[in-house]
Amino acid sequence: MGLDTDQTTLAAARRVVLLVATRKGAWLYHGDPARGSWRVDGPHFLGHIISHVRLDPRNGRTLLAAAKTGHLGPTIFRSTDLGRHWKEAAKPPAFAAAAAGATGEVGRAVDHTFWLTPGPAAEPDVWYAGTSPQGLFRSDDGGISWAPYSCLNDDLLYRKWMGTVQDGTPDGPKLHSIIVDPRDPAHLYIAMSGGGVHESTDAGRSFRPLIDGLDVVEGFDRNDATFHDPHCLRLAPSQPDRLYQQNHCGIYRLDRPASTWQRIGRSMPAEVGDIGFPLVVHPRDADTAWVFPMDGSTVWPRTSPGGKPAVYATRDAGDSWQRLDAGLPPDEAWWTVKRQAMTADAQDPVGLYFGTTSGELWASGDEGRTWHCIARHLPEIYAVEAGEIAE
Amino acid sequence: MKVLIPSALRSYTESGWAEASGATLADVLADLDRRYPGIRFRMIDEQNRIRPHIRFFVGGVQARDLSQALDADSELLIVQALSGG
Repeated sequence: MGLDTDQTTLAAARRVVLLVATRKGAWLYHGDPARGSWRVDGPHFLGHIISHVRLDPRNGRTLLAAAKTGHLGPTIFRSTDLGRHWKEAAKPPAFAAAAAGATGEVGRAVDHTFWLTPGPAAEPDVWYAGTSPQGLFRSDDGGISWAPYSCLNDDLLYRKWMGTVQDGTPDGPKLHSIIVDPRDPAHLYIAMSGGGVHESTDAGRSFRPLIDGLDVVEGFDRNDATFHDPHCLRLAPSQPDRLYQQNHCGIYRLDRPASTWQRIGRSMPAEVGDIGFPLVVHPRDADTAWVFPMDGSTVWPRTSPGGKPAVYATRDAGDSWQRLDAGLPPDEAWWTVKRQAMTADAQDPVGLYFGTTSGELWASGDEGRTWHCIARHLPEIYAVEAGEIAE
Repeated sequence: MKVLIPSALRSYTESGWAEASGATLADVLADLDRRYPGIRFRMIDEQNRIRPHIRFFVGGVQARDLSQALDADSELLIVQALSGG
């Protein structure tokens, strides 16, 4: 795997905290050094719909939480002491107001912030946010105030590709998977469900589609970004020219500078298929990735295929996949895992974690070979992130 | 004027009733936001539309327009409408 000694030592000195966002609040699970037991801290924001909680990897202390409630509009909460105190953002993400007297479609309103991405190390106060309906926002002050970012939100062609709320996923159309190239802060990737994968090389001044090679639902035009539904886009941390994608229509890999995606999900077992939502890449081995397949047949049950949940891993960049289900329920488990609800830590061996639609939090300390349940009876889990806290 | 704050917004006011002044519903909400920063955006979106599950009542009658004039002697009731489970 090519670990260097400094990285290993650094990882061993940091404790893992799991940030669990649910339909009814957020919970933090603090791991012991061996990741064998977990101390629960929560609920935070009980009753709030929390789409995402992220720990700032640049300081190891600042948390951002994307929140709304059934009655109230969306906002972002911020903590600088690992969740002991929270303060609301002074200016949460909001679209530009429609011009007075504007005709045609009325201005859009953010329903909820869905995705949070901390900026690169070179920009310590920068955060990005993706919203529903699709919008890209940026904060330059650590998440206190947010502004629309780039031309994307109001560009007429992009608005056409985004479609309307009626075209979106059941919980609303979303901009997600905001990725900043760790080598170049001006190089961004984003994904929209629906609307496709897009890339900017000029700090968001312009974007262009990155959809060649991706399948779409039968009967639609694959050259039109409107019909593309990327579920989860990930960059390989150890090889930033490699992207993986779990799409509505399969699992893909793209090695830049190529621009045509390769459907690596073809090598998944036929009875399982290659439909799902989350995808996780190994922090130090770009050939290793994990997915959590779901039943995308007929009316899209969105359950584990056959009620038999399993993670699938590739160790060869998608040429082959291995089923990893030791410790998971062998059958009659009709849950699945949403696109933000599976993650990895940076320890050695890598810890994997996922949260289910039925409110269970599962962990593996051996890269997916065996699994155990950390928590049950939580609300529906929307997102799980692993942060690391310096001791 | 006196403003009844629904439970979902009492994290801002720490009280069931608040004071705010203004000639219109928009003015009162702007004053409320000055006193309790952030509270307005939870009720009114960036296009100045009342959010789907927020209702305003004055004198027992629903106020649907932010430009509606308000009497300083009346009470503004902010209500959280049903929004599912």
